Amino acid sequence: MRHTFTLALSLSVFWLINSGHNTPLMLSLGAISITFVLYIAHRMDVVDHESQPIHLTQKLPGYNTWLIKEIILANILVVKHIWLGNKSISPTMSRIKVSQKTDIGKVIYANSITLTPGTVTINIGKDEFLVHALLQESIDDLQSGEMDRRVTQLESQC
Amino acid sequence: MDILISTGSSLFLLIGSFLCISGGLGILRFPDFYTRMHAVSVTETLATTMILLGLMLLSPDILVLLKLIIILLMTLFISPTASHALAHAAMRNDLKPELDQKNKDEVMPSNP
Repeated sequence: MRHTFTLALSLSVFWLINSGHNTPLMLSLGAISITFVLYIAHRMDVVDHESQPIHLTQKLPGYNTWLIKEIILANILVVKHIWLGNKSISPTMSRIKVSQKTDIGKVIYANSITLTPGTVTINIGKDEFLVHALLQESIDDLQSGEMDRRVTQLESQC
Repeated sequence: MDILISTGSSLFLLIGSFLCISGGLGILRFPDFYTRMHAVSVTETLATTMILLGLMLLSPDILVLLKLIIILLMTLFISPTASHALAHAAMRNDLKPELDQKNKDEVMPSNP
């Protein structure tokens, strides 16, 4: 029930932002379409803690702040190596251990790795990721497990 | 106040454009598919953010601002998924990455 409510809320906000019309006709059309989407989502059985991860809301801002800092640092590093040229890069492929239990935790970790420039998750296994990195240092950073620890901490809110 | 906002916005746009150019240079310069993808990820994270932040400062009303925020969030959610799908497809079709000489001995996946 909580998940249905948050889905309805986020759909309404999305609709209001995208339309910008406030006439009664438009609002009622919006209400009808939101109801229709909710009905379809229920029939598809996708309204659950995975599509609406509201249990993460409390911890997410802290993690996002840290991730944004990491993304900016990684961007500066990659741009530096783009201008330094091909001699300075050391492409590496490696397997990274994963300590998350749930699917959503793994998705957050894999997406965070890919979102950070210089590292891309290529394959996701049961308890390890295959990661390609532009620089050896990025792999060393991942293997030190800082990001893994933070995602696991975020996930443990469930 | 107006001068401050327009200067800040120009600064963000300038940084964003520089990052876009860097990303483009990386695509041309780097040796293989996987390393080029890293260059693109600069364009799709910080460069997009900077350009959209610059536009947000210039936005005339709240509705435009909110739409720009939605574009930013969508980009940040969709781009890693697309990158992963691309890299995964390349690996499945046996495109071998050019690895660094000293890392050559590392285990290559037999069948990812």
